[in-house]
Amino acid sequence: MTASLEYAQAAGESLMKDAPVIDFDKFQPTRSMIARRKRKDVAMGALISVAFIVALIPLFSVLWTTIANGVKRLNLNFLSYNMSGVIGGQPTASGGYGGIQHAIIGTLEITLGALVISVPIGIMCSVFLIEYSRGGKFAKSIGLLIDVMSGVPSIVAGLFAFSMFTILVGPGTFNGFEGSVALSLLMIPTVVKSSEEMLKIVPNDLREASYALGVTKQRTITKIVLRTALPGIVSGVILAIARVVGETAPLLMTAGYISTTNVNLFSGQMTTLPVYVYQEYSKLKVACPASASASCVTDIPMQRAWAAALMLIVIVLILNLIGRLVARVFAVKAER
Amino acid sequence: MGQRIDVKNLNIYYGDFLAVEDVNINIEPNKVTAFIGPSGCGKSTVLRTLDRMHEIIPGAHVKGEVLLEGRNLYDKDVDPVAVRRDVGMVFQRPNPFPTMSIRENVLAGVKLNNKHLNKSDADDLVEWALRGANLWNEVKDRLDNPGIGLSGGQQQRLCIARAVAVHPQVLLMDEPCSALDPISTLAVEDLINELKHDYTIVIVTHNMQQAARIADFTAFFNLKAVGQPGHLEYFADTTTMFNNPQNEEAERYVSGRFG
Repeated sequence: MTASLEYAQAAGESLMKDAPVIDFDKFQPTRSMIARRKRKDVAMGALISVAFIVALIPLFSVLWTTIANGVKRLNLNFLSYNMSGVIGGQPTASGGYGGIQHAIIGTLEITLGALVISVPIGIMCSVFLIEYSRGGKFAKSIGLLIDVMSGVPSIVAGLFAFSMFTILVGPGTFNGFEGSVALSLLMIPTVVKSSEEMLKIVPNDLREASYALGVTKQRTITKIVLRTALPGIVSGVILAIARVVGETAPLLMTAGYISTTNVNLFSGQMTTLPVYVYQEYSKLKVACPASASASCVTDIPMQRAWAAALMLIVIVLILNLIGRLVARVFAVKAER
Repeated sequence: MGQRIDVKNLNIYYGDFLAVEDVNINIEPNKVTAFIGPSGCGKSTVLRTLDRMHEIIPGAHVKGEVLLEGRNLYDKDVDPVAVRRDVGMVFQRPNPFPTMSIRENVLAGVKLNNKHLNKSDADDLVEWALRGANLWNEVKDRLDNPGIGLSGGQQQRLCIARAVAVHPQVLLMDEPCSALDPISTLAVEDLINELKHDYTIVIVTHNMQQAARIADFTAFFNLKAVGQPGHLEYFADTTTMFNNPQNEEAERYVSGRFG
């Protein structure tokens, strides 16, 4: 290459002697092309903005409706009483109309139970997939199973937990932990997937740097790889919680539904917020007898359903904020 | 003090592929030995066998011996993790741990090995290592700032401090200046000249002027063709290598008439 170039120059010949003649003016953009490009730019910009707004409409609509309908009954009394002793639309002795204390406790405990089961399994599974068996046959089949598992309908997860407890404990078992098992089936694939992505983007340089310092593989994984991926893993876990905290069907089959407060995750039925919303919605209206006072409210079940739904949104929001806080505390301290 | 490394009949494989064949080289203690050669000739691969980093890649293995002061690093009862504490390594791209401060980065090797350090010992070690890496004066007021907030050259010296804090006998450097600007390169080169009093240094470099400036001995690696294994073509003291090499290929390479 270099030699022929030198040869051509030495011989005093132009390199381009035999090259075709090109009219470069032809390639210049014409005025109409530029105008067309500008029109297209404006049109696409408008289209994208409209799509964005259309996507936001249902979100704001849901938020607005829930707040507008739910804020009426969402007060301290509603949060601190359960549904025991609530008759029809009559006010209870405390002056309220029943509440969701039992459902909040149920939601938090069952979700925490699901978290405790699924986070260690999910993270260890992703560590195996990325750090130990990257691209191996076994890892590929596990990856496939995880994909299938993330598509399993939640009712199937509920059925699984229900039949598992039927076999292990006995038929007709209902308790909060059974609900946790059902939810963890739904959480594990999400946790594995998101942690796997986070472990993948930890630069290999860091693993090598750690090994080169004479650090064992186990400590490299726990202290360097997982530590670096931690903020991302936390966000993934929060997303997984957000996915399962609103589940109704599997919990109805496993945790059941009661109107009193049960704080024992391992014994007795528990109510969660989505199940509560569903049950109240099913009642639609209650009858107020003619003898009832003016404080009897016929559509109180719907009002309670909206208030409980609003509380569920608030809980998800709080969990998100906690997750973001944790992620920020452990964030990779990049200055660039 | 640095220790000597003797490589005997070393064949390096990635799976079934023979990457580098039959390397025999004696690396003198407390000297700088440079590995030069065209891309793909296996100089980094050879370097990585000296602290058993090579075998991190699945399927990678070696045949032959690497003797550190007469002890074969590839004996069955030798723990690769322990080898890497005796033989430190600095990489091409500065790679401080992004979750750690400057101080934590320096202490990483000791702390991650589960050793407990009290604060004054830790302070002393941080200062000792950072002085050794000629970085102390630049960072002593901001040891708790993140390590990746430093400039590229400072990051690389931080990585050197991190490597020397484990107190190895040998320092391997894989193109440590190729991602650095000329001023940072000069700082690292000066540092290498200082470090050789305490460590045996092996450095891979693409920059022949750099090899000529800092190395006491230079090894020229070559490969016959792409897909063929690389091999050690010629090994000599640096003056001979660059002024009067007794090898045709090496002579062509160092004079820039390669290929």
